[in-house]
Amino acid sequence: MAQEYKLILKYADEPGYTPDIECYLRHGGYADLKKALAIAPKDLADGKKLSPQEQIREDVKISGLRGRGGAGFSCGLKWSFVDRKSGKPIYLICNADESEPGTFKDRQIMYKDPHQLIEGMAISCFANDVHLAYIYIRGEMVDGAKILNEALKEARAKNFLGKNICGGGYDLEMHVHRGAGAYICGEETGLIESLEGKRPYPRIKPPYFPAILGLWMCPTIVNNVETLCNVKHIVAMGGAAFAKLGTPNNTGTRIVSLSGHVKKPGYYEIETGKATIGELINDPKFGGGLRDGRKLKAVIPGGSSAKVFKAGEKFKLKKKDAEGKEILVETDMLDLPYDFDSLAAAGSMSGSSAIIVMDDSTDIVEALANLSEFYAHESCGQCTPCREGALWMSKTLHRLTHGEGRAADADYLVKIADNIPGGRTICAFGEACSWPVQSFVAKFKDEFVAKGAADEARHAKQVAAPVETKELAAAHH
Amino acid sequence: MSFQATKELEAEVDELVTHYPVKRAASLMVLHAIQEKFGWISREAVLWTAKKLELPPINIQEILTFYPMLRQEPMGKYQIKVCRTLSCALGGAYELREHLCKKFGLDAHAHGAQTTSDGKFTVEFVECLASCGTAPVMMCNDDFYEGVSHAKADEIVGKCK
Repeated sequence: MAQEYKLILKYADEPGYTPDIECYLRHGGYADLKKALAIAPKDLADGKKLSPQEQIREDVKISGLRGRGGAGFSCGLKWSFVDRKSGKPIYLICNADESEPGTFKDRQIMYKDPHQLIEGMAISCFANDVHLAYIYIRGEMVDGAKILNEALKEARAKNFLGKNICGGGYDLEMHVHRGAGAYICGEETGLIESLEGKRPYPRIKPPYFPAILGLWMCPTIVNNVETLCNVKHIVAMGGAAFAKLGTPNNTGTRIVSLSGHVKKPGYYEIETGKATIGELINDPKFGGGLRDGRKLKAVIPGGSSAKVFKAGEKFKLKKKDAEGKEILVETDMLDLPYDFDSLAAAGSMSGSSAIIVMDDSTDIVEALANLSEFYAHESCGQCTPCREGALWMSKTLHRLTHGEGRAADADYLVKIADNIPGGRTICAFGEACSWPVQSFVAKFKDEFVAKGAADEARHAKQVAAPVETKELAAAHH
Repeated sequence: MSFQATKELEAEVDELVTHYPVKRAASLMVLHAIQEKFGWISREAVLWTAKKLELPPINIQEILTFYPMLRQEPMGKYQIKVCRTLSCALGGAYELREHLCKKFGLDAHAHGAQTTSDGKFTVEFVECLASCGTAPVMMCNDDFYEGVSHAKADEIVGKCK
């Protein structure tokens, strides 16, 4: 049976656990930073020495840690891209711009256990020779910024930040930087532009890979809140032990944000891949099932950008049989293990690990219209296909949900969506705004067509009986 | 008063600038500081910030016009932001906004932020506030509220004096 497994959120919700440093220290806080700073250089068989920093970076690689922000990219690999020979300072930014619809996990960490993040960041900074780091927190988290600033102050006072940290000869300063309500700042190069004091227009890659040309054109690491917290636990238990948590290639834990039509929405930390989507929705330990008398209609498995799953949808997943031979196993959507690879194999993604559940009371066209309005609002406007496409899709869905639709709108939407991503835009927002449209229309096409056709039929009738038109128009206002 | 550079603000900005090796990086935080004190960012505030950070005013103006949280005009004394995005919509966000608009005599179907004629309340939809498990959610100025029933909304509004 699937269980909660609390690694990152081990203490956060304990009664009496407070965000101040004294409480954190009582729970063993900053011991892992001290441990990291005390690592001795390691002699290798070939006579070379492995520095403490290299050892931590190696351990993060061994741990298999993948980014918790959305892309699921290997953290160790990301760190290995950092240009360490440029002679320029290396910066680290914590991406705390949590704004992917459906996601509310980083909020729990920052509000309840801010020192865990600071310790994770400090270790990551040490491992990467970073001496100045920023926490980019979304502007609406006003209290979160206050809590983090207070925590930074406490950490400085206890010499976990500042000069010669814990006597280990290492200097690090850290600041909170607030966003101001723009989703695009979650895209790492947009975030960097925003931190530099500019409009958050994402940069084109190549050449502007943050690891080489990031903040102020210096090598920069951008990691999500949860990812950085994990680094602390990797140092605590060792990369190999961390890699035993979860499932192969999907190591560690994930904090799943569960919202929508379930009895117990909330955040649940699990070993990655050790619970299925169905368990997360229906198990009394997690979502507790749908509201009484309702049936499942659709699930968005990884934040609003992830492609939607339809209830009853089946996928062929590769598995190994008893003899180790690869076989294809038909798997129901609800039986998909909640991890990076299974969801990718099913054509979607675990993204920011946010599940949005919709029951049979949901108007699926309305749901997509809601999401498309979000993307139309949040496109930064830099690339034409995204700026215009996101708006067209939203406008088309607006007319479909306001009695002005056409039967052909379903195909029209897909045509627009197909022409936004695939290298036509600077950043992945193009993909993010297209995937919901492509998947919703593909999987629920009859509902889109029916809605548009009904509007057309009504309009045809109105043309035949003009008096009625006025009445209907009046009724609409 | 739309803007006046107080000693307190000067000190705050001087401190903020030390957080970055490049002055320009402080601009968003400086605008936050100004908005906290004056409620919005006037032309004078833009010019002052630009001078303070040794930038052409357009560098400040272009971020003021980009970020939704930054205000280019005075808003209500109490600004209510109702989350609009999917999980909150499934949890009754549209009904919540309509309830508030009706309560304040505002147009429940109008687009964008609306302020009551006495300048006391501004109501607007905003995009995902990252608390989807406790939908519907809203903010009243800097305070964040979860699971906002209509009764709870009335109570929150009732405390706004």
